[in-house]
Order: sequence, then C-alpha cells, then structure tokens
Amino acid sequence: MRLDWELARRGYRRYAAYPGATYAGLFTNVFFGFLLAYILLAVYERADVIGGYDVRDAIAYVWLAQGLLSVVASFGPSWIELAERVRTGDVATDLQRPVDLQRALFAQDVGRAGYQLLYRAAPQFLLGALLFEVTIPAEPVRWLAFAASVSLAIVVSFALRFIVNLTSFWLLDYRGTYLMALVASHVLSGLIVPLSFFPGTIGDVVRALPFAAMLQAPIDIYVGAPLGGSTALVLLLQGTWAVLLLAAGRALLAAGTRKLVLQGG
Amino acid sequence: MADHVIEVVGVEKSFVVRAKTGRLRRERREVTAVDGISFSIERGTIVGYLGPNGAGKSTTVKMLTGILVPSGGQIRVAGLDPSRQRIELARRIGVVFGQRSQLWWDLPLRDSFDLLRHIYRVPAERHRANLERFTEILALDAFLGTPVRQLSLGQRMRGELTAALLHDPEVVFLDEPTIGLDVVAKAAVREFLAEVNRARGVTVLLTTHDLADIERLCSRLLIIDHGRLIWDGGLDELKRRYGQERTLVIDLEEPAPPLEVPGARVTKVDGPRQWLAFRRDETSAAELTAAVAARARLVDLAIEETQIEEIVRRIYATGAAPPAS
Amino acid sequence: MYVRLVGSRVRSQLQYRASAALQIFGTTLIALLDLVTIVVIFDNVPELDGWTLQEVGLLYGIASISFALTDLVIGHLDRLPQMIRDGSFDQVLVRPLPSLLQVVASDFALRRLGKAVQGLGVLVWALTAVEVDWTAGRAAMIPLAIVSGAVIYAGVWVALATVAFWIVDAIEFVNAFTYGGNFLSQYPVSIFGRWLRGLVVFVIPIAFVAYFPALYVLDKSDGLGLPEWFRFASPLVAAVVALGARLVWGNAVRRYRSAGG
Repeated sequence: MRLDWELARRGYRRYAAYPGATYAGLFTNVFFGFLLAYILLAVYERADVIGGYDVRDAIAYVWLAQGLLSVVASFGPSWIELAERVRTGDVATDLQRPVDLQRALFAQDVGRAGYQLLYRAAPQFLLGALLFEVTIPAEPVRWLAFAASVSLAIVVSFALRFIVNLTSFWLLDYRGTYLMALVASHVLSGLIVPLSFFPGTIGDVVRALPFAAMLQAPIDIYVGAPLGGSTALVLLLQGTWAVLLLAAGRALLAAGTRKLVLQGG
Repeated sequence: MADHVIEVVGVEKSFVVRAKTGRLRRERREVTAVDGISFSIERGTIVGYLGPNGAGKSTTVKMLTGILVPSGGQIRVAGLDPSRQRIELARRIGVVFGQRSQLWWDLPLRDSFDLLRHIYRVPAERHRANLERFTEILALDAFLGTPVRQLSLGQRMRGELTAALLHDPEVVFLDEPTIGLDVVAKAAVREFLAEVNRARGVTVLLTTHDLADIERLCSRLLIIDHGRLIWDGGLDELKRRYGQERTLVIDLEEPAPPLEVPGARVTKVDGPRQWLAFRRDETSAAELTAAVAARARLVDLAIEETQIEEIVRRIYATGAAPPAS
Repeated sequence: MYVRLVGSRVRSQLQYRASAALQIFGTTLIALLDLVTIVVIFDNVPELDGWTLQEVGLLYGIASISFALTDLVIGHLDRLPQMIRDGSFDQVLVRPLPSLLQVVASDFALRRLGKAVQGLGVLVWALTAVEVDWTAGRAAMIPLAIVSGAVIYAGVWVALATVAFWIVDAIEFVNAFTYGGNFLSQYPVSIFGRWLRGLVVFVIPIAFVAYFPALYVLDKSDGLGLPEWFRFASPLVAAVVALGARLVWGNAVRRYRSAGG
C-alpha cells in the first residue's frame, strides 16, 4: 500500500516537473475547446436536442472532454513507453523486481492522472464554464456518480494502454497497433463529437465499447444522458470493461514474460 | 610573413543565464565563457586544444566554426568572418564532433558521401579521387555499403573523418575524435590525421583529452581554463618548462622511514619502495643515487620523467600555469 | 538541393514497396476518420450556419490537400526542438546550406501522402456534388487556393516553429496552431466568435486557405461584411506570409547563435 502511494507520487511528480509542457498542453486543449464549442453552437442553431444532449450539455461536453483528455491519456507517451522497453529488452529488469508490473504502472498512472486532473482538467472546465453556458448538475448524486465514472475511466484507459503496449512482445513494429488504437480511441471515445450524435444503433454500439468508457461515459453521466437512460448501467459497463481489460492485460503479461524467458531475454 | 589561417583577437563570449530563485522569480546572470582570447594558427599545423570541462573549449570552437557569434573581439578563419559568412566558411572547413554525427543515420555510408559531394559542390573527379585515397588509408571498403547506424564506433569515426575531408577543406576542427575507440582504432585515426596534414597541408585544430593524441600529432598546444588562455606554445617547450621535476624510484633492502636527502623530497612510500622527487636543475640523478646509497642499502632503482599528464593536471588544478621554475 | 536531400530518403523508403503502400493506405484510412465527425454532424442537422455538407466538403477538401502538401514538404520541422536539444542543429550550422532547408529536408515521410489522397477524394466528391455556377475563374481558383493555402500553412508553421529556439517544452503550443489551424479551416469561419475570426483573418491568416476561395467559388455571402477582394487575396497573403516567415526564421537563428543555445 505504501509502495503504491510512493509510486503514485512518482507518477505525479514526473508530470509536475514540466510545468511548461502542462501549460502548452492546456493551451492546446483550450484552443480546441473554443473551436469545438463554436462548431457545436452552430450545430445547435438547427436542432434543440441531439442524442439526449441540449446545447448546454454539448458545450459542457466540449470542455469536459478537452479537460479529461489528458487525464485519461488519450494521447501521449504512455501508449508506447512500455512497448519501447519491451523492444529494447529493458523490461527484463522491470520484471525482475519484486513488484507486480501492472500494479506498479497502474499506481504511477494514477499519480499522473491526479496531476492532470488538478492542473489540466479543472482549469480547463472552469474556464469553459465561465465563458460559456454549460450544464451544472444540481443533484449531488450526479456529481458522485461522475467522480466514480471518471475513476473507472482512468482504470479502463490504463488497462487499454497496457494491452496495446504489450503487443510489443509479439510484434516487431508496434507502431501499427499503436496508431490504430490511437485512432480508434480518438474517434470512438467521443473526442470531437459526443458519441450520442451517432445515429441509432451505431451510436448505442459505439457507446458500449471500452473506448467510450474512457471519455464519453463520465460525460454522459455528468449531463444526465447515460446510455440506456441508466447511470448505474454505465457504471456497471465501465466496471466490467475495467475488470476484463485488466485481466486480459495480466494474461498477456504472463504470456509475454514466458516468451521473454524462453528466448533468453 | 606567415600564413595564419586562423586569427583570433580578443574574443569574448558571455551568456545570459536564467536561474530560478524560488518559485516564481528568475534571476538573470551573465556568465563569461570566454574572456578575451587571442591566438593565431599557421597554415599546415596541427594544434592541440586542451582544457578542463567547462573551460570554454567548445565555446571557442563553436565561434570558430560559425555556430556561435562572439560577444566581442574578432575572428578570421580562412580569411572569413565566421559569424557573418557562415555558409561560405562552411565550404572551406571540416568539422567532426566526437559525440554527434554528420552522417545520415539510416543511409549507407557511401550515400552519405555522395550527398556531401553535392552539398559541398565537389567536382566528381576530385571527389572520386579523394574517396579512393581515404578508403585505402582507412580501410573503408568493408563497410561502405553499410547503413551508418549499424557501424561500430571505430568504423563510424573513420567515416566521419572521411566526410570531413572529402571536400578538401583548409581547416579541420576535431572534437574528441578518438574518444571511446580502442587502441588500434586510435592509432589509425592518428596516422590518418598526420598523413592528411603532411600530404595536403590541412590545418588541424584538435580538441582532446587524450594526451597520447597530443604526443603523436601536436606541435603546438593551446590550453584554456576559465575562459582564458593559460598556455600557448610548443609541446617540447611545455615539457621543458614544467617538466623540471623527475622522480627517482628506489627499492631498498627493507622498509625504512622516508629518507632525508638534500635536494629531494619523498612523495610516496610503499614498503621498501620510495619515490623521491627532485628538480633537474638542482640535482642530477647520479648525485641523488649516491646520496641515497650512502644512507641505505639500495637494491634497485628507476627514473620517471614528468608525464605530460602531470603537467596538464597541475595546470588544470591550479588554474594557472605553475611558475616556470 | 531539396530534392537531392530527400531523394535518398524517398528511395530507401520505396525499397520497402509493400510497407510504403501499406503506410499510405493506413494514413488515408486514418484521415478518413476525420470525416466521420463532419458526417455525423450533418446527419443531425442539414446546415451549419448556412453551409451544406457539400459546401463544407469543399472547404475540407481544399484545406486538407493544402495541409497535406505542406506537411509532406516541411513536416519534418517538428524535429526542430529535438535537434536543438541534442545539438544536431549545430551540425546544421556547420554545413554550407541554409539552415531552414536542412531542417525541412531532414526527412521525407511518404506516408503523409495519405492525407493528400483523402483530401483529394473529398474535394472531387464535393466538386461534383456542390451547386456551383462554374466559370473559368472559379475553376482556376481551386488549384490556386490549394497552392496558396499550402504556402500559407508553410509560412505559419515555420514562423511558429521558431518558438523552439527559445522555449524548450512548448512544442505543443505550436501543434495547437498547426493541427488546430487545419481543423479550423475545415469549417466556415463565420461560425467562430469574433476574436477567433479576427485572429484567422488578420493575424494568422489561415482563413485565406479555404474559406475565402470557397466563398468565391460558391458565390456565397459570408455575412461578416468583409471586403469582396479578400476572396482573391490568397496568393498575396501567401507571398506576405512566406516573406514574414523567412524573416522570422532568420532572426531566430541569429538569436540562437548569439545566445548559445
């Protein structure tokens, strides 16, 4: 437990050490926030509600998405850092340590997420809320559910990234899977438009995927338009993905470790 | 009137460094890396450039090659002002940075040379002749077709040297060219430089920490420390002036307390062996030996000259050239 | 000279023909997903501030191709911070070639063609689907816009990249403008807030990449009251931007050489 905390702190500090990069990232997110907000405002001139979102929901979505983007690491080095260590063989030293690799990386990731929640997500959303009209939930229950959902989103995101990284054990050039995963998460996590904009069944299917669990799900809960009308369902879905993906990650790690050992690492 | 291919007069370079003091404030400080250096180098010489890390060596070289603009003073290399005529100068010089590469990483070595031919506008015939000659001297044949990233350090360095000389530069600046190489490779590089200097009259400014490089190649040394030139002269002269001290190493029959002998001082004792340092101009080795023999039973002896390492180390350590005698 | 420098890079990439083709295919696919957004939007509403899907497609097509061309030729500029950090920019200064040329020519990624292919596809579709009273002038405006647009993007990109010379970590900053700028030019400028409109018309003039030429081709009024001749100003803007970029770059390198980096 103590170790987890230490690792989380390390993950936090790693990002806190580069305030310049944080500001730059924040700037980018804010810039895109404006762009998307304007686009959606123009969209809502011709429609009142789309996929359960009204205009204030949609603007809230924009600022939340841009803010949470960094928290769930939609982009960034964490998609391939481990993969690179696998490729160079450095991972062997990691595996020799008496610490569970997945757990250790998870702890660090939580630290990272914490930092970015404080210094990217929060300022981002506050700014958006000040400058535009956004939905602010009145019921404390929704806020709680939102918090829970964000936490689960972080877990799902980590589990996904872990798996994508591990493909490096088997693929010489992991950049292919990385690119595909990046694109998939880009589009399917609801980065540009809320997934609820997707028509009918497509929209439902897409929202059930793990990518949606990373970003769209918490926002859906926040604005009060969860998949299937049920917040509990969404949380359950996220939780299920989290468990499944973490388990898959462990299995892959075990398989990868075996392979490494057999090949004389 | 000697032909000075490099002329440096009163050159200075200061940087403004911003250091964080506390959470938000930043301090501006001026750091002087080079504090008024002057020297000139004759065409066709190989000059060694030494100094401890942070002394201003790389800053000087960067100013000579046009990378940095001096804060004060004047520089002329091959008759050009590096800060204003960067591109023109670049045609006439070659540069090898020990740590960094000028070759194209994933292309075969041969392709790098070809690209350089176009960049430096070398006539095809001349390029071919040069390449042939260098391939011969440096034994490049084996790996001309290998991508640079797959070369060993020794091979890569040979490639770098070739790249730096293919366009017949007037001056070549080398920064630690032998670092990390094995003994054989180092020797090859040194021979190559000596040959190129002899046969083509290329002037060489060699920055190095390797004193064997200096012994083999340099007729002249520039030593810089804290931004100032503390030695500018021949290697022999350096040895003569600061190499006054010699050491007599004696093996006694049995361990004894440090011997007291006029004209010498004991610098080290290890069992029956003692090291006595003495000055060449004060005592001779013969006199000293006799004096020692009169005081103890001598089994064997040897004489050590001051290594250039010692001289240089002393110069670095004291930050200024030690007094002449 | 540029051609020579990238020539060998291209040759070596072409050696792996299958891989190159796959990469181009892959990036085309990825770029196509960009379109998903627009399609999804228009699935829900018929118009965006008076612009139909086909008209937005025209914007998108021109902007994409311009961007892809720029990315193809000078995309490697994003290596600049790394080059400064690890000292290889010094190596650039020691060669008898202009520094910008060297940085830009340091690599050539064939795969960036993917976006150009996709942009072309969208443009072709839009041109056939959109309602336009075609004249020679209007037809000529399309390629003119693409070329001017590429130059404008390039100039902006180069000018912004010089940030790398004095701020270490801020490359993201630049990305906001380059990728953000491209994203922005896919939508009609009229939907943006006043400050943003002012920015992209008068400061970082990417409105001239696709928006103004499109206004001319489609014979639309933009409801913003901007002068009519802006619609033809793209080449002029491109020239000004290119000149400005050169000055900015030269200045930045001079400062780097004085400050010691």
